[in-house]
Amino acid sequence: MALKASSLKVGDTYSECLVEDLKRTQIVQYAGASGDYNPLHSDEVFTTKVAGYPSVFAHGMLTMGMTGRMLTNYVGDGRLTKYGVRFTNQVWPGDTLQGTATVEEVSGGIVKLKVETTNQDGVTVLSGYAEARVD
Amino acid sequence: MAVERFPVEASHILMFARSVGDANQIYYDAEYARKTEPGTIIAPPTFVQSSAQFDPDYFLRPKIGQPWFGSGKEPTGIKRESSGGGGGGGGGGLHAEQHFEYHRHLKPGDVLSATVKPGKTWEKESKRAGKLVFSESVTEYRDQNGELVITARSVGVRTERPVESK
Repeated sequence: MALKASSLKVGDTYSECLVEDLKRTQIVQYAGASGDYNPLHSDEVFTTKVAGYPSVFAHGMLTMGMTGRMLTNYVGDGRLTKYGVRFTNQVWPGDTLQGTATVEEVSGGIVKLKVETTNQDGVTVLSGYAEARVD
Repeated sequence: MAVERFPVEASHILMFARSVGDANQIYYDAEYARKTEPGTIIAPPTFVQSSAQFDPDYFLRPKIGQPWFGSGKEPTGIKRESSGGGGGGGGGGLHAEQHFEYHRHLKPGDVLSATVKPGKTWEKESKRAGKLVFSESVTEYRDQNGELVITARSVGVRTERPVESK
């Protein structure tokens, strides 16, 4: 499962579709599991009439969680040592997301990755980095 | 978020993994997990954020007997005042950044505590949302033995008006 340093090259990429046509119910599911019940993510009336957004939108942490799934599928279970992101655009119900990790450096048993998640329009919704132990 | 006691439980890990669409057996099947490198069920990398469930004062969870700012009969359950109603994203602002450093991965049976240190605050002008006020916090999660297991750095942002989409 884990990556081998000897078979990694700078510029290698790994990519996965994180979600197709994101459902409001998955956002609710994430709210329940994470404990973040901010109405911006599930309460259309509040979000449109009070907060002024066109609809509810996903927790940044849901996008980070789904992107994390792509990372652990790539680097193996229990191998991540660092993972950090900026949320650069909102993710809306109906969005389809693609997550990509790009090898930036391999040294000392650690791979450094650039991480990016984009939506169906090619807009970056999350950008960040990760580091993982490799064999 | 400051938390005195966050028991890491298998059913919570399973529910969390489902919510991020992760079908990896290591998050729910102890038999399978035994044969993997970690040798046990572990938690997905962003699971620790659900420590919110164990923060008694977490303000983004409705609490028994207290007003809630989401909609009921009216679009919001509280009177507009301090938040100014619009822009800010409704009470809590928005999440701008999140960073985790894993000293080890969590497993069922761990009992964590978390302490929070405020970090820097800064401002920025943006075309899409007006004035942005960023604030940073660093949360240290320790296990039942007092060992540091995860360091988390979070940046929140309050916006002057709702963010325009690209």
